[in-house]
Amino acid sequence: MASSTLASASAEAPPAARPGLLAKLRRRPAFAISSAIALVVCAMAAVPQAFAGWFGGGDPRKCDLVNSGLPPAPGHPFGFDIQGCDLYSNVVYGARSSVLIALLVTAGMIVVAVVLGSLAGYFRGWVDAVISRVMDVFFGFPALVGMIVLLQAASTHNEWTVSAVLILFGWPVLARVMRGSVLETATGEYVAAARGVGAGTARILLRHVLPNALGPVAVLTGLNVGGVIASESALTFLGVGLQTPAISWGVQLNTAQQYFVTSPHLLIFPSIFLTVTVLSFVLLGDSLRDAFDPRLRQEVARP
Amino acid sequence: MGKYALHRLLMALPVLLGTTFLIYLAVYALPGDPIQALAGPNRALSPSVEQALRERFHLDDPLLVQYGSYLKGLLSGDLGMSFAGRPVSEVIAASWPVTFQLGVTAWLFMTVLGVLLGTVAGLRRGRLADALVLGGTTVVMGVPFFVVAYVAQIVLGVNLGWLPVSGTDAGWPLAYVMPGLVLALYGLPQVARLTRTSVLDNLNADHVDTATAKGLRPRAVVVRHVLRNSLIPVVSLLGVSLGYLLSGTVLIEGIFNLPGLGYQIFTAIPQHDGPVVVGVGTLLVLVFLLVNLLVDLLYGILDPRIRLG
Amino acid sequence: MTRLESLPGYDAAAPLLAVSELRVRFGATTVVDGVGYEVDGGQTLAVLGESGSGKSVTARAIMGLVRPPRGAVTAGSARLRGVDLLTLAEEERRRLRGTTIAMVFQDALSALNPVLSVGYQIAELFRAHQGLSRKEAARRAVEVLDLVRIPSAARRARDYPHQFSGGMRQRVGIGLAIALNPQVIIADEPTTALDVTVQAQIIRLLGELQREHGTALVLITHDMGVVADIADRVAVMYAGRVVEQGAAAEVYARPAHPYTEALLGAIPRPELRGRRLAVIPGAPPDPGRPEPGCRFRPRCGYAGDACGQQPPAREIGPGRLTACHEWERVTTP
Repeated sequence: MASSTLASASAEAPPAARPGLLAKLRRRPAFAISSAIALVVCAMAAVPQAFAGWFGGGDPRKCDLVNSGLPPAPGHPFGFDIQGCDLYSNVVYGARSSVLIALLVTAGMIVVAVVLGSLAGYFRGWVDAVISRVMDVFFGFPALVGMIVLLQAASTHNEWTVSAVLILFGWPVLARVMRGSVLETATGEYVAAARGVGAGTARILLRHVLPNALGPVAVLTGLNVGGVIASESALTFLGVGLQTPAISWGVQLNTAQQYFVTSPHLLIFPSIFLTVTVLSFVLLGDSLRDAFDPRLRQEVARP
Repeated sequence: MGKYALHRLLMALPVLLGTTFLIYLAVYALPGDPIQALAGPNRALSPSVEQALRERFHLDDPLLVQYGSYLKGLLSGDLGMSFAGRPVSEVIAASWPVTFQLGVTAWLFMTVLGVLLGTVAGLRRGRLADALVLGGTTVVMGVPFFVVAYVAQIVLGVNLGWLPVSGTDAGWPLAYVMPGLVLALYGLPQVARLTRTSVLDNLNADHVDTATAKGLRPRAVVVRHVLRNSLIPVVSLLGVSLGYLLSGTVLIEGIFNLPGLGYQIFTAIPQHDGPVVVGVGTLLVLVFLLVNLLVDLLYGILDPRIRLG
Repeated sequence: MTRLESLPGYDAAAPLLAVSELRVRFGATTVVDGVGYEVDGGQTLAVLGESGSGKSVTARAIMGLVRPPRGAVTAGSARLRGVDLLTLAEEERRRLRGTTIAMVFQDALSALNPVLSVGYQIAELFRAHQGLSRKEAARRAVEVLDLVRIPSAARRARDYPHQFSGGMRQRVGIGLAIALNPQVIIADEPTTALDVTVQAQIIRLLGELQREHGTALVLITHDMGVVADIADRVAVMYAGRVVEQGAAAEVYARPAHPYTEALLGAIPRPELRGRRLAVIPGAPPDPGRPEPGCRFRPRCGYAGDACGQQPPAREIGPGRLTACHEWERVTTP
């Protein structure tokens, strides 16, 4: 009952309903825990040195082959990797590339999806036809295979190239949603009214259509961050993403796979960090979606 | 129905052309010289041999001409020769059974488990089973599946010794149970959740009240008037997922050491073996499109509103 | 019939359907608050009221379609010849649905399963209750479609609901209800989703079928015109209660509740052409926040001090009930 009145209120006056939503979010344990973890991971990415030194080590590049693959020891809670480096500080520094790529990919996908999606949804006709067919090509494509081929073709393998490939295969999903919601808003009464008083195309698009069409795309993007981190680590793990001098969970797991019988800790600790990070971003996206999508929220709240 | 099928088939053509071209383009852009890669890093080929090879693989033609002659070959069933001297069709023939068995096993796991869990969660909404399914699917979505693969290998394979750790020596089904299960997890959460939502939608539908008012047994109401209707949207997701599962076989075949199509792509790329990558990639795209086409048609059969327009 | 006779409480002399003191709650909100009405074989009872007055919920409660977690019947009884449906074991109750008491739904498009052919949906009744074979049941379904006057029934039985026009679809809905020749049919606003010309056909069909089989018909409607056409008795509902009950002609000629009076003022009548249609001022009360006393009071032109108390249903003539303190002032012209 209460949720349905809330939902109808938010449909009419979103700004007034937002504070209530955030208050509601704060009370959800899943949201509290996942956002706390996500914040810690982001902090680790921003200032890894603040976390890496906790147990005495601290420099991920200070290695001694004598320690190669040794299990956890005092001062080195996660043990040593194959190069004999402190695994704990390596895992901490590994957050950096994951978060950086997540940021780059999310930003890139939003830009591409918003531009192409609005063009297709607003102008329709041949613009829409061309963009939609291109999207079809990407939907008809085993994305992982495509990403592997492209990354193999790339001459450098850093955060930027990996992000570019993830964006290339990720944008169509978002663009399709953007196109749909622009189509819907562009046919709304107030857009017709704005056109009626002589507003130009650019003004209508920027002032009237975009702000109203962005919501679903933003929610979907939030839902996607965890997936981006997982995809990056998968590509790196396969050996086509980031490569060895780089410190990343994917690289660590890639190396660890050859030693997983003799030194399972090499596999376990980066896996735990990766899993917890991805899981918290997925949960965070989930609770944001529940809070901001009235239709879904009602479904959850029904007794 | 026939017209609908034809329309869908025509729609798939430009997608097929676009995707194969994309793969071709990417392979063409691979750095390094395929001839040199073929010869090995420290061997010089005589200019005449190199020239012969270049002509044989059309390497000096412009990209579009190469693509054109490739398409022409494709239409007559000729996928070309790999640089290692084996016909690509032979490479595919040798490796597709592995991928096929893996894909089908995973798809079966995903379908059966996903539909079952989603149905139970939907019918018992708000109860423990529902919460477990919702929580479980969230966790599965969050855990990168190569991590799951290793945990499965260590626990089921090494520690418990129930299933082979890797390879295809044990044959189907034993060798494929673990990789199939891991691969199934890739699509399972979506299938379970969509089934759940769909069951909930249909439980609240008016026609379910009609069925109850007719005095049907509760089981008949659920099976004929809730589940049958709920599964229609799920069928389309199951089809799309089969495509994603195919994509995922590349990863799984690597981890579990299964010599399938993904494995071939994987070993062909570092060797700059364009014909193999393009051939196998095209085949995967083709299967992907074909599956989606079949799903669309099946959708039409299940939902008379689409079939009869 | 025989099924009903073997059940506890059976009394051949009791009315075919008697609802009394029925209460239904959705969450914390009481939407049906002590409703009672009766109907006998061959009779048509029209249940009148605005949307939200609880008339449909009452019908759904009788059919057993109000179930947790969405809602619950908290008190009262719904008796078929004395057998209380609400205390019956669910399996016994299921056997009565469709065979003894059946329902026609408001919107046939959503009430029919979109992915099953209409023939199949009717045949299900024969298979579930009479154990007929698939083939035999399908044959009987065609007969039913014929009975509700659907042209070329044998061919159309294979069609799906979306392939029928609104009127034809509601005929299918009626076919579902009459297939097993039940003794009571509850029709929940069967014509609201239809065009005016089709409405008359559907109502006529219902009337004919009822006369042929001597069925008791509960016709839920907000259309006074329909009432005048075919109803024997009328029960007027307002805010979850029955406010007036009686023979249709009497209620129509001389309403004994201000709400009924206002409703009658709101139907267009040929002799009043050119004059303004009466409008009932105000809005129905919020069922979530019930106020004490008569629920119609805020909108009532007759309201006096006594209306602060909830008016009991008083019998003002044989079979004639009103729940109004000021009924005498309402009936005096």
